[in-house]
Amino acid sequence: MTMTFQDSQNAFASALLHPDLPLPHGITTARGTADPLRFAIYRNNVHVSLTMALAQRFPVTQRLVGSDFFTGMARVYAADHKPASPLMMHYGDDFPAFIAAFPPAASVAYLADVAQIEVAWSEAYHAADGPPLEIAQLAAIAPERIADLVVIPHLSTRLVRSDFPVGSIWSAHQDETVMPVGEWRAEAVLIVRPEMQVEIRILPEGDGEFLACLLGGATLGDAAEAAFAVAADFDFGSALTGLTMLGAFSAFEPSEGEVS
Amino acid sequence: MSITADRALALPQRAGLGLKPEHYATILADRPDVGFFEVHAENYMGAGGPPHRYLEAIADLYPLSVHGVGLSIGAARPLDREHLKRLRLLVDRYRPQSFSEHLAWSTHDSGFLNDLLPLPYTAETLARVIDHVDETQQWLGRPMLLENPSTYLLFSESTIDEIDFLAAVASRTGCGLLLDVNNVMVSAVNHRLDPVSYIDRFPIERVGEIHLAGYDETIDGAGDRLLIDAHGSAVRADVVELFRHSLSRSGPLPTLIEWDNDVPDFATLHAEAIRADAMLSAAAPHGGVIRAA
Repeated sequence: MTMTFQDSQNAFASALLHPDLPLPHGITTARGTADPLRFAIYRNNVHVSLTMALAQRFPVTQRLVGSDFFTGMARVYAADHKPASPLMMHYGDDFPAFIAAFPPAASVAYLADVAQIEVAWSEAYHAADGPPLEIAQLAAIAPERIADLVVIPHLSTRLVRSDFPVGSIWSAHQDETVMPVGEWRAEAVLIVRPEMQVEIRILPEGDGEFLACLLGGATLGDAAEAAFAVAADFDFGSALTGLTMLGAFSAFEPSEGEVS
Repeated sequence: MSITADRALALPQRAGLGLKPEHYATILADRPDVGFFEVHAENYMGAGGPPHRYLEAIADLYPLSVHGVGLSIGAARPLDREHLKRLRLLVDRYRPQSFSEHLAWSTHDSGFLNDLLPLPYTAETLARVIDHVDETQQWLGRPMLLENPSTYLLFSESTIDEIDFLAAVASRTGCGLLLDVNNVMVSAVNHRLDPVSYIDRFPIERVGEIHLAGYDETIDGAGDRLLIDAHGSAVRADVVELFRHSLSRSGPLPTLIEWDNDVPDFATLHAEAIRADAMLSAAAPHGGVIRAA
């Protein structure tokens, strides 16, 4: 039987990805015999390079569960999720969703959300550059127009909201010595890179709701109302200037419904 | 921008280093005397951020080589147009003195396999690789270098010798070759070939760049010595000697130290380049000092 080049490459890849399959037809050595150990080097290279790529992108997730557990979990993920392209910076975009549904990790309920912060961190790191909105530009807007404006988020802006203090957990694991996490509560975490440094900020509850609404396309007025509804102490002025100073926005513009 | 449009289309005949993010700041602060830097193309295909900021600054100061690891030139399937577009964008932006890729494949229906996999050498695979190199060079509007692979197994269907295969691709497409001396040692030991005669038979006049790296060692299922292309250590002594032999045939050539895993501090990496530079100087026709292009 003759196989085409494409057939034999498919067979090689299948055997590579499924250790239960026999060795691909036609591989040999200088001794003239197929050597499973040599083929296993390629199998191992694929698995190790993919799990290493995940370990690099998810260092805090790895610290939280230890490298043995992490490697095992990454191997299960990698078995069914190959990178969509050679751009390894994107590999693992859906690893948080996988973790959330991975039964052995269920006891670490916050793990998937911490992993989501790490996805957001690398997205922000590689996002297109652009000048964030300056606070002076905000001051130039006529007060009566503000409520009807919508924001154009900075291209690096990401928001992760969790039932757990994942921003505090992430921060506590940046240094060698892990600091205890103070209050065990829900957190909204802003991840943004206005210049060359990725910034991570835990937002007050009302600000988190406010930003979530803005990123969803709500006007400043509607977003403020929603924020008041969840946090009576929400301060519109300080939330808006605070988020602007953090670089979360690149522009304000009239909402589509507005007649100018 | 000061990345000039008229950069020479050749790397200097000096030792260069793989550019690693952990060394960005040191390089810009100390401006070490390094012949050139080489980056993996795929690491600079993000939209923006620090990688591009640093690469712009470093490419302003040093000649640049862009080395692809994901094009999958040795695949039976067509090249990924999206990836070719990304490569063209990168090459147009940074105008590197050299672009190179591997004689290997890494794509499959399930996705990118993130390893450089071997292919049989037959008339059919040769025709495919020639097409892919032609297509790449057309997309990029410039010649590329194709690197000899390190392999752990052979294919019984192969009918063409690896060197003849590479020589045929080069003469049919006009591409240059990247001679990875560590890969020569790895493949020669793994397939019981003589590394010196591999170098002696290699079409040296086509070589535009040399790669050096460290290998790991194990044994195969038959108890034979098996070398692994690991890129995680200093260049091994026998590879240094094989490099010296290559230079005796070729004279000085741009020579990259590849150290991609367990990356050491910059001084340790630089010491490898300094050692290679000394060998390149000694290989110059009059033993003279080699100047950057």
